[in-house]
Amino acid sequence: MSNVILEVRELTTKWVTRFKEDIYAVDHVSLKVEEGKSLGIAGESGCGKSTLALSLMGYYFPPLHYVSGEIIIDGQNITGMKPDDIRKSILGTEISYIPQSAMNALNPTQKVISFIEDVVQAHDPYKTKQEIYELARSCFETLGLPASVLQQYPVELSGGMKQRTVIATSVILFPKILIADEPSSALDVTSQKMVIKMLKNLMENGFIKSLIFITHELPLLYNVTDDIMVMYAGQIVEGGSAKQVVFDPLHPYAKGLMGSIIVPEQGQRNVKLTAIPGVPPNLKKPPAGCRFAERCKYVRPDCKVAPVPLYSANGGRAYRCILSEETLRAAYLREAQRDAS
Amino acid sequence: MPAERKVCLSGSGLTKVFGFGRRKTVAVDHVDFSFYEGELVSIVGESGSGKTTFAKMLLGLLKPTEGEIYFQGKKRDISTQKKRKEYWKNIQAIFQDPYSSYNIFRKIDTVLLDCIHMRGGRGLPRAKKLEMMEEACSFVNLKFEELTNKYPFELSGGQMQRLMIARVFLLKPKILLADEPTSMIDACSRATILDELMQLRDEIGMTIIFITHDIGLAYYVSDTVYIMERGRFVEHGSADEVILRPKGAYTRRLISDVPKIYEEWDLSTV
Ligand SMILES: Nc1ncnc2c1ncn2[C@@H]1O[C@H](COP(=O)(O)OP(=O)(O)O)[C@@H](O)[C@H]1O
Ligand SMILES: Nc1ncnc2c1ncn2[C@@H]1O[C@H](COP(=O)(O)OP(=O)(O)O)[C@@H](O)[C@H]1O
Ligand SMILES: [Mg+2]
Ligand SMILES: [Mg+2]
Repeated sequence: MSNVILEVRELTTKWVTRFKEDIYAVDHVSLKVEEGKSLGIAGESGCGKSTLALSLMGYYFPPLHYVSGEIIIDGQNITGMKPDDIRKSILGTEISYIPQSAMNALNPTQKVISFIEDVVQAHDPYKTKQEIYELARSCFETLGLPASVLQQYPVELSGGMKQRTVIATSVILFPKILIADEPSSALDVTSQKMVIKMLKNLMENGFIKSLIFITHELPLLYNVTDDIMVMYAGQIVEGGSAKQVVFDPLHPYAKGLMGSIIVPEQGQRNVKLTAIPGVPPNLKKPPAGCRFAERCKYVRPDCKVAPVPLYSANGGRAYRCILSEETLRAAYLREAQRDAS
Repeated sequence: MPAERKVCLSGSGLTKVFGFGRRKTVAVDHVDFSFYEGELVSIVGESGSGKTTFAKMLLGLLKPTEGEIYFQGKKRDISTQKKRKEYWKNIQAIFQDPYSSYNIFRKIDTVLLDCIHMRGGRGLPRAKKLEMMEEACSFVNLKFEELTNKYPFELSGGQMQRLMIARVFLLKPKILLADEPTSMIDACSRATILDELMQLRDEIGMTIIFITHDIGLAYYVSDTVYIMERGRFVEHGSADEVILRPKGAYTRRLISDVPKIYEEWDLSTV
């Protein structure tokens, strides 16, 4: 069995609003990422993807609070560690995190190299500027970025170049795992492709050992990650290999997401997309039963009674629905046949 | 499609130059185009290719440096405030950031009511106005009861963009210009928005100009596609023609940049 880089067991965390209301944005989430593997997290905005990223790093600064569960990074259990210590000894070296819209957060008055100096010296104050420059240059060049970028200011870079600069910087200390939160959502398709190529290169070039990639774009996940997890209203509703989840989704929500994929491929012009009606539940008072029940075509009275556990299914996958695999697949098949006729 | 298609909006030699000397940018470079009535046309190009500048000229928000625009066969004249207002009754726009076009302090039902008033419905009985607003909301699958008394920031991006479409439904302009309307919206709500645009075309016969950097979306929604490269239209034709049988290298690159799931996605080309 290969080395597990990150393991999260039944993690539950919450946001506490100014009015002392709890928002359970991560609810009993378990996941495992092995060395050399990548995991994609999909789901519509507000489902808790970014909260999960912060939570699994142990980044519990108010208003985010830990509730229960365990986090183990490369054998080290970091559950209960003080967030300040996490910042000092975990971030950057064990886990690196690229937050959503990080590229717009680059300090406009700071050259790229001086930004990198700050990052490196925060962990190793004795490294000289020359050493850091060499480190940065070799990192940028390996990743296909011109070293001249190091002497530029963020405003001089295009959006795609800025994002790739952020990614290169985030792996400069060789973290074991990189979490990239929607790194390409603000870019055009051409820059997006360069970002994707770079993410794929990180592992091959030994900068990171594993990757978590968050996005609502399933075709991207399909092309980058080994496994995919689908989140809905703070919970994992489906998990499996990229192929299983994209081509044979079990949970009705995951099925709905797959039905909204648009690709410019022959025969795809007149496919009917499936829209999922309605909106996700309010996470301040989530429904007692299945959280997707309100929007689900296959809803039954039982669905709304008690929380639905995550069931294991054939092929090492999991899904959160009271209907059996066979029932779900049969229903999807009937629909496909009806649409085709 | 009727045998005789009528041109709704066209242009010749349309050009926009920003700055001068060494700072000169030719954002739109002598483009010719004809958009037909009831047609959904996409303008596709990478970022910086001039799409938004082109859109702003069509909308009359930017003055062309050169060239002409024709609306329903006649040279467009927006030289006076009055003529401009008259033109704006015929064209509406939806932008990337749905929140940017709203007055954040105006409640949603007033936003819709304004549209009815703009179409000369001020004197209608209250019940009729309500019915119209409800119809517009149901067109975009929003529940009117859930929107009343809310402010724009209380809605999600996808809901806001659909509310923009509900406005267009009430205003019924001849032309709708949608500039990257789904680029800030998640994939799950994107399909809904695209389907609603197609419905505006089918049910109201609107001419829709859809601007995007994602040729996959263009393929899905459009009848006709124009490809924009550095300010020029380098290729145009039916969606099938342009996407399944692209002529130029640039078009082929735009297609190869979109992630695929059925075919292999070749990453070596960037
Ligand atoms: N700083 C915060 N304070 C309170 N609630 C928050 C905060 N950030 C996120 N939330 C809530 O947590 C939920 C999940 O948000 P998020 O993790 O950002 O979702 P995603 O990344 O999937 O879009 C949302 O309901 C959101 O309102
Ligand atoms: N107001 C402006 N002043 C100067 N240059 C501009 C202005 N607006 C756009 N440009 C330039 O014109 C070109 C086309 O921009 P734009 O129309 O926004 O492209 P797109 O919408 O395809 O991304 C770009 O090079 C951009 O920098
Ligand atoms: Mg997020
Ligand atoms: Mg633009």
